[in-house]
Amino acid sequence: MNGMVARSLKNGVMMLLMGTATLLVLTPLVLIFVHIVREGAGSINLDFFTNIPNPPGESGGGMANGLVGSAVILFMASLIGIPTGIFGALYLSEYEGHRLAQVIRFSADVLAGVPSIITGLVAYTLIVVPMHGFSAVAGAVALGLIIIPIVLRTTEEQLKMVPGTLREASLALGVPFWRTTLQVTLRSALKGIITGILLSIARVAGETAPLLFTALGNQFWSSKLTEPMAALPLQIFNFAISPYEDWHRLAWAGALVLVVIMFGISLVARFFGRERSMG
Amino acid sequence: MNRFDTNRMEAIVSHEEQLRDTVSAGGFSGDRIFRMITLGFALSIILILLLITIGMAVESIPALKQFGWRFITGANWDAVQGRFGALPYIWGSIVSSLLAIVAATPLAVGTALFITEIAPKKLGGAIASLVELLAAIPSVIYGLWGILVMIPWLQQTVEPFLVDHFGFLPFFRGAPYGVGMLAAVMIIMIMIIPIITSITKEVLLTVPVSQKEAAVALGATTWETIRMAVLPYGRSGILGAVVLGLGRAIGETMAVTMVIGNTPQISLSLLDPAYTMPSVIANEFAEASSNLHSSALMEIGLILLVMTLLINITARFLIWGVARQGAAGGRI
Repeated sequence: MNGMVARSLKNGVMMLLMGTATLLVLTPLVLIFVHIVREGAGSINLDFFTNIPNPPGESGGGMANGLVGSAVILFMASLIGIPTGIFGALYLSEYEGHRLAQVIRFSADVLAGVPSIITGLVAYTLIVVPMHGFSAVAGAVALGLIIIPIVLRTTEEQLKMVPGTLREASLALGVPFWRTTLQVTLRSALKGIITGILLSIARVAGETAPLLFTALGNQFWSSKLTEPMAALPLQIFNFAISPYEDWHRLAWAGALVLVVIMFGISLVARFFGRERSMG
Repeated sequence: MNRFDTNRMEAIVSHEEQLRDTVSAGGFSGDRIFRMITLGFALSIILILLLITIGMAVESIPALKQFGWRFITGANWDAVQGRFGALPYIWGSIVSSLLAIVAATPLAVGTALFITEIAPKKLGGAIASLVELLAAIPSVIYGLWGILVMIPWLQQTVEPFLVDHFGFLPFFRGAPYGVGMLAAVMIIMIMIIPIITSITKEVLLTVPVSQKEAAVALGATTWETIRMAVLPYGRSGILGAVVLGLGRAIGETMAVTMVIGNTPQISLSLLDPAYTMPSVIANEFAEASSNLHSSALMEIGLILLVMTLLINITARFLIWGVARQGAAGGRI
């Protein structure tokens, strides 16, 4: 009987420890969230979305150039990352079983684990050095390199879920394999693929390190893609490490806006995903 | 798609290919062009990986030639004199990541166990999605929180306490600056916990129910079930999650740069400012003063790349092991 008491006592202690671990894990995470919302909400106003940052010492100002810059850079990064990811995935799923496919899959996994600052270094070598200057294009290349493996793997998962009978039906009707792939297989998986794409964009929207020596950032509006361009995460970084209260306030507001945008994109993505599983 | 379907598909496709080859040998074939296009994009992944590795190696050559092995063993980093030794950065990266992973692992595994084995389904699901949500917050925002909220707290509350009560240990010597190794360890820990937790959770979900039922049928308590049936089954997968977390920790840039103090020194004290490999690249690369300086930073990048590649490949094999185990019908 004593053994039983000791065992259930031990059980109780371990359960308590696991519960405590969960609380310890959630506390800082919830705190971060609360701080972003509380500090950020007070600093968001119309100015934030319409103005460029004021010089230190002047209150007010916004991050409009960073928001637009981020959108431009992300758009260009998508142009690089999404087609590469999707067509690569088509090869992996429709011609699977070849040894080459294994190597490519492995490379994609490895690529996904490369620290983002390294993709920045690579984009610097490939774009900034030959073009003799920091530019929005270089930033887009750096982010595009991050998008590729994410889109590739999620797209492949989705394509594999398309039933083989669907492909067979199309092939049996005499539709060539390439048209079957594009118009039947790809189309059936489209919603899941869009979910994957949106999630990958949400992920890179907050990337800062790859932009440090590619897009570089800009205090003002930039009109050319071959010039340094502002980006929201870069502005948050620069303002957070500055000693000025006003800039700290802008950084919190930027953080809140960035988080809301990222979660917004993920919500839309999840909506697409859910609709698919219901249909 | 099940295996049978796939085999059938392959048979059909390969038959198609033969047919196609005989019909349109050398001529126009939409299928062949399509295959070439997708193959091209797929191969670009390998090309990118080679480009990254070779590109960085080539850019590192001037520093490699100049310093050789002394680059790794040297502790002196002086851009004005043109002397570059990376040891303080390597030390800072390894120490901060290892301490963070040691602190994060029990918490993350405990949370994953709480989610999968103890909490009611709804509560577990809610905690899991909260953790997932927080894994998506970008590094720069963790850094912002670290610099404006955590550092003042460390400086005013935690570090004076440590100095007063544990100051006799070499690990807690020095002035409470706030920024430093301790701050870096804490922020990395907070950032990698969600990743380790969610992968561990996935691993634990692959444990067959029959395995747990067998333990319960023998009269095991919840903890005994976890220890006898759940943990042994998930061991290599959990290890994989931890190693993957280590890969993240060592490449973590923005948040660490914002809180570690950015001072290249090797000190036992957790209170002292330090520096990491990604941080020095982030801080100095855009304004590198000479070719040798940027080459030295590239070489640091190369060292970082090699370390993360090794770490990630190890993690992949560990996690793949679990996937295979699961597919083989749940045998241990």
